Amino acid sequence: MTIGLEHYLVLSAVLFCIGLYGALTKRNAVIILMCIELMLNSVNISLVAFSSYIVPLLLTGQVFAIFVMVVAAAEVAVGLAIILAIYRGLTDIDANNINLMKW
Amino acid sequence: MGLAAAFWIMAVVAVVAALGVIFLRNVFRAALSLVLCFITVAGLYITLSADFLAAVQILVYVGAISVLIILAIMMTREVQQGNPSNKMKLPAFIVAVVLLGIMIYTVTANSWQIAAESPLTPTTVPLAAKLFSESGFILPVEIAAMLILAAILGAIVIAREK
Repeated sequence: MTIGLEHYLVLSAVLFCIGLYGALTKRNAVIILMCIELMLNSVNISLVAFSSYIVPLLLTGQVFAIFVMVVAAAEVAVGLAIILAIYRGLTDIDANNINLMKW
Repeated sequence: MGLAAAFWIMAVVAVVAALGVIFLRNVFRAALSLVLCFITVAGLYITLSADFLAAVQILVYVGAISVLIILAIMMTREVQQGNPSNKMKLPAFIVAVVLLGIMIYTVTANSWQIAAESPLTPTTVPLAAKLFSESGFILPVEIAAMLILAAILGAIVIAREK
């Protein structure tokens, strides 16, 4: 059985849904950030799979994946800085207890 | 044949590692499981003949982002408190499963127009030509540089001691 585009897309969907479930249910803010990284990675897999199966000579999907990585790196830097700042103020990073800005 | 075996090994390890991120009690072990998932994604890029992206994946995700995450875990001392879930477990599970079903149905029901050519290898030179040429993505590259600079400055300002 040869590996086709669908295999990569289904794997990407599975990883995305695992990350989504974790991002929705976890209470530790660092774990939520890790799950978001998981989701970004799964999107990258499908971008690269599309790039190498549909337009193998154009590489546009890989260029998009590089930009997703750039945004992911920026996001994790700012996100962890925010988590550290919250931890310094509240000594807690439980997402249930971070309700300072809750209306 | 070898490619198929590599794909299946990578896929199984990636899914197990992703489940480990969700279900491991120890936050530090969850972070290590995430690193394993990143490495298998790099392997998947190699099976898709995206060699440059595999190297970037190892450098950026395994090298930098995982170190940042582990540093944050160390500095917040949440390792002992475990990896608890909130009260939204069942609705979130339903949402994730329904979304997964929809995506798998869409992917398998669609007939993709697979190109006949085999993908370019190595990809480093064509990618550089794409990214830095006049007719390519030079403007997004500059914007990405500005984004990174703004993110670094913002992170320093937010995380600095008063």
